[in-house]
Amino acid sequence: MAEILKVNNLITQFKTESGIVKAVNDVSYYINEQEIIGLVGESGCGKSVSQLSVMQLINAPGKITGGEIIFEGQNLLKYKQHSPEMRSIRGARIAMIFQEPMTSLNPVLTIGQQLTEMLVLHLKMSNEDARKRAIQLMGMVGIPAAEGRIDDYPHNFSGGMRQRVMIAMGLSCDPRILIADEPTTALDVTTQAQLLEMMKDMVQRFRASLVIVTHNLGVVARYAERIYIMYAGRIVESGTTKDIFSKPRHPYTMGLLKCIPRLDEEEGRKLVPIEGLPPNLINMPTTCAFLPRCSWKIERCYKDPWPELTPVNDNHFIRCYADTKEKKSEPG
Amino acid sequence: MPDKIATGIVENGMAETAPRVSEWRRFRRVFLSRGLVFFGMVVILVFIFVAITAQWIAPYDPYKPDYTAILQNPSSSHWLGTDAIGRDTLSRIIYGTRTSLVIGLIVVFFACTIGITLGTIAGFFGGWIYIIIMRFIDALMSFPMILLALVIAALLGGGMKNVIISLSIALMPGYARLMCGQVLSVKQNDYILAERSMGASNLRMMLRHVVPNCISPIIVQITMMLGATILAEAGLSFLGIGITPPTAAWGSMVSDAREYLMVMPILSFAPGMALMLVVFAFNMVGDGLRDALDPRLRGIL
Repeated sequence: MAEILKVNNLITQFKTESGIVKAVNDVSYYINEQEIIGLVGESGCGKSVSQLSVMQLINAPGKITGGEIIFEGQNLLKYKQHSPEMRSIRGARIAMIFQEPMTSLNPVLTIGQQLTEMLVLHLKMSNEDARKRAIQLMGMVGIPAAEGRIDDYPHNFSGGMRQRVMIAMGLSCDPRILIADEPTTALDVTTQAQLLEMMKDMVQRFRASLVIVTHNLGVVARYAERIYIMYAGRIVESGTTKDIFSKPRHPYTMGLLKCIPRLDEEEGRKLVPIEGLPPNLINMPTTCAFLPRCSWKIERCYKDPWPELTPVNDNHFIRCYADTKEKKSEPG
Repeated sequence: MPDKIATGIVENGMAETAPRVSEWRRFRRVFLSRGLVFFGMVVILVFIFVAITAQWIAPYDPYKPDYTAILQNPSSSHWLGTDAIGRDTLSRIIYGTRTSLVIGLIVVFFACTIGITLGTIAGFFGGWIYIIIMRFIDALMSFPMILLALVIAALLGGGMKNVIISLSIALMPGYARLMCGQVLSVKQNDYILAERSMGASNLRMMLRHVVPNCISPIIVQITMMLGATILAEAGLSFLGIGITPPTAAWGSMVSDAREYLMVMPILSFAPGMALMLVVFAFNMVGDGLRDALDPRLRGIL
């Protein structure tokens, strides 16, 4: 399958009073057509910022200072943030869904007004056509009696329903890529599962690609084909979902997996948290940022700069010097 | 495109939905359900009616002195008495309605249009644009409103047109400041980022998403300032650089009558009451309008 988006060495920085925050530091990834990938990391690791950078939605004091974003063969970074080219890509070719369904809809416009806005704007539909299409989309994302609800305001909808509306909005202009930034974080667990399932179906139906950004490995386990693990602004491990879950190789990924409960394991295993805190992104050391929290560290980690992503097999890359393959259990 | 749209509409189209209430009916229900708002609306309509039909309903010519009937107490021929040169107070109040409402509405219209525009632009774009616009607004605001209006009116000279210009300039900074603050806070909302992520242009964001979310306090401000504007116009007239006599205006009537406050309180009391009634009515209607227009408040009411 062809690559639809390729991000090369993306760097996004925020200028603050205490120094430059390298929120996204040399991040490269790609996504194929109709593929679902997961981008996983803890709060502040740069996963959302990297996605906002792709959409060029970074506002001052943030700035994309390096790299390229190749979408359908053209580098998006050559367009200015507010240029018509970029605007015609945002929403129409790459769409994004945000974390907070409760606040992601404009409270003073009806659902219908917000859904049709995109259709009229990007697809130049007439108002009646857009309305019909909006009702259809609302039905597709599982909002019952859509004709009756299209003129309701966001406050008439529950959180899950609003997120469905957001998904309908995201997919309304038939985008090639849908970026879902923590789409289910604010919802309860049953709604989460329904929504993810629905989102997957919708993406398949629209033949779009999906990027799921989350801090929850469990969310992507079932849906993503490949996973990127981010830590302190960099991708530390990438591979197929199967590889990541069955043969994690980076100490951080291992740590993440140890702290989620699983049903298919022996009783009595304790959940092991990752000790320590993520590093301050200002004045980052040149060595591995995970070093202070790492239990696999070797001498070389203290001397050499953060390693490049190195392959462990065809599709599996890690940024680590330690030989994490040999020992199956925690050392020491 | 359409070939892709599989018919995925949920089957249970007959699921329960509340009977739809049309926007207009909902607006009417919320707006008129409170007695005070209804009362305010009636008062405003009555005043507007009076202003329009002044020349037919006024019992006397408001400008014609009648030296045979000066400083008369209310009677069956002069319901609210006459002033120092024998002009009928009721007729002057009726004509004054016209002056006050016209000045109030036009000034507020200009002031809020310019103020909202400047405030929105400053708040939305931030940076240098914000600094330039808001420092200018701050400079205007550092003068007391009436003093600023006074200076401008003194420079331009009296008359209806110049009163409108000077009051518009004097009142504009309040709207700009309020709007700018509103925009700055609304801009932080997720839905603004979401809209941007959908490819909306700056202009569309401002007009369709930012301004409507900022408008409730502005509506209240507009109705409150209507009263203040009418008062300020009265103040200017009182100082001799507003509406040129003999044009009837409530403010100048009150100030003309102050010499007779002890002997003929009705002379200043009557236009004062009219003024108070209009200001009160506008404030009530403003409150009601805000509640009825803002969908977020509908659930509560």
